[in-house]
Amino acid sequence: MARPLIRLSRFNIASLALGLAFLYLPIVILVIYSFNASQLVTVWGGWSLRWYSEFFNDQAMLSAAAMSLRVAAVSATLATLLGTLAAVALARGERFKGRTLFSGMLYAPLVMPEVITGLSLLLLFVALGAERGFWTVTIAHTTLTMCFVTVIVQSRLSGVDRSLEEAAMDLGCDPVRAFVSVTLPLIAPAIVAGWMLAFTLSLDDLVIASFTTGPGSATLPIRIYSEVRLGVKPEINAICSLIVGSIAILIVAASLATKLSSARGQNAAPM
Amino acid sequence: MSGRRIFTRPARIAAIAPYLWMALFFLVPFAFVVKISLSQTAIAQPPYLPVFDIGRGWQALKTAFATLSFDNFRLLVSDSLYLSSGLRSLTVAAGATAMLLLIGYPIAYAMARLPRRWQPVAMTLVIVPFWTSFLIRVYAWINILQHDGLLNKILLALHVVSTPVVWLSTDSAMYLGIVYSYLPFMILPLYATLAKIDPALLEAAADLGSSPLKSFWLVTVPLSLPGVGAGVLLCFIPIVGEFVIPDLLAGSDTLMIGQTLWLEFFTNRDWPVASATAVLLLLILLLPLLIYDRFQRRQMGRS
Repeated sequence: MARPLIRLSRFNIASLALGLAFLYLPIVILVIYSFNASQLVTVWGGWSLRWYSEFFNDQAMLSAAAMSLRVAAVSATLATLLGTLAAVALARGERFKGRTLFSGMLYAPLVMPEVITGLSLLLLFVALGAERGFWTVTIAHTTLTMCFVTVIVQSRLSGVDRSLEEAAMDLGCDPVRAFVSVTLPLIAPAIVAGWMLAFTLSLDDLVIASFTTGPGSATLPIRIYSEVRLGVKPEINAICSLIVGSIAILIVAASLATKLSSARGQNAAPM
Repeated sequence: MSGRRIFTRPARIAAIAPYLWMALFFLVPFAFVVKISLSQTAIAQPPYLPVFDIGRGWQALKTAFATLSFDNFRLLVSDSLYLSSGLRSLTVAAGATAMLLLIGYPIAYAMARLPRRWQPVAMTLVIVPFWTSFLIRVYAWINILQHDGLLNKILLALHVVSTPVVWLSTDSAMYLGIVYSYLPFMILPLYATLAKIDPALLEAAADLGSSPLKSFWLVTVPLSLPGVGAGVLLCFIPIVGEFVIPDLLAGSDTLMIGQTLWLEFFTNRDWPVASATAVLLLLILLLPLLIYDRFQRRQMGRS
């Protein structure tokens, strides 16, 4: 390694350690408290799974969770399809009419305050006379999350060596076939990561879902929010811990998949 | 080279579906926000009087234009509630973004100086909290900050304070929540630019007799400015419209503009005023959004 060794100063180590502690401690504390046997959230009463069983007997929470999972699965799939197409168009279509508007529409939702996105979509649904519920929330989440998928897939696409695809075309592949059989496998990890990010973003969203959902179809964050406004409840700790746990499992699975396929990609294309 | 041109057509076809989707579900809805913001409040379902119906032809449209109501915007300007919540949003966003920069820079800097093989690990560790929900992360802080929560217990045990301190429903709690939630957004763009700086530049500065602190100030900081710009905008813009964090952690004396919009919509059921508030918020954000857009384009032009 020709790179000169940079010595980490004490200040560097301290800021990194403190920063990571700041990011993780609150969540760790939340998970620990979710196993608290005591009725009072802040008094430690020993380890127990009581609040988890409470959640699994709470019909309203369970149906909200089911609704959230369904919305997340459908919207993440739609968002991955649309976002990948958009990424391909942005990365490969050098110039087409309305490209600026296209990329603007795809980047703006990333920073747009959720209250505006939520309100504007609701007004559209009302104007169209759509019945609010599962599909309106799903469409709203697809709109938001496909932009994240686009960014992830596009950045991976720009890193893929295009001469591979051109070689396939020189050997007689048509452009679409060359893309599907050469490039698509290489960007597959990004597509998987995009789906997972879309899934978790949808699972987490409170504001947009509050605007676009109808009576009787509350998502999990909407239920959690209305409980949290009334104060801390041990059951909420358990639900949040379950969410954090499943997301952690998803991320580990995703990073393993990425490692696996990037190792494969390196074999396929030695530098 | 010829492959590039051949691929343009399928790429254009690929754009059709996402293009239509975003036009229908992102662009068109804004027209409705503007339309409703110009209509009258009504006790009805939906709670506004339609101002114009394009289906009724040109003449109807012309008469409708004559009766367009700017009442909602007049209300926004005359009632200090809206202006002060707009002002508060800007000050909170500016203050929180400054804190984020101060806290995020040293962390990103340390990450960029880690040995190469540790850098992806550190980056994953910073990204992971972004994957857990805002709501849960804010809720985690309520757990800690509440009256008999962990923070007060520790402070009491250490005899730092003699009675529990009120943390919840204060501005400090809100700033803490914002900094906590947005830290990854600040660290990642900073890290991305800091990691790209060629160490040879710093070596050259050292060879020429510059002290490490001076090289940091004269070499590293100027080269990291694009990352600073991206991080600042990525945080500032969404914080201005933030709803969840101030709603759960701040007091209720002055609302941020996102909360005002929410209140008008859900509590007062005044959709026209809520829409007018959304238009106001968009106007506030237009300037930073335009800067962000220019910035994005310059970045893309470079890469």
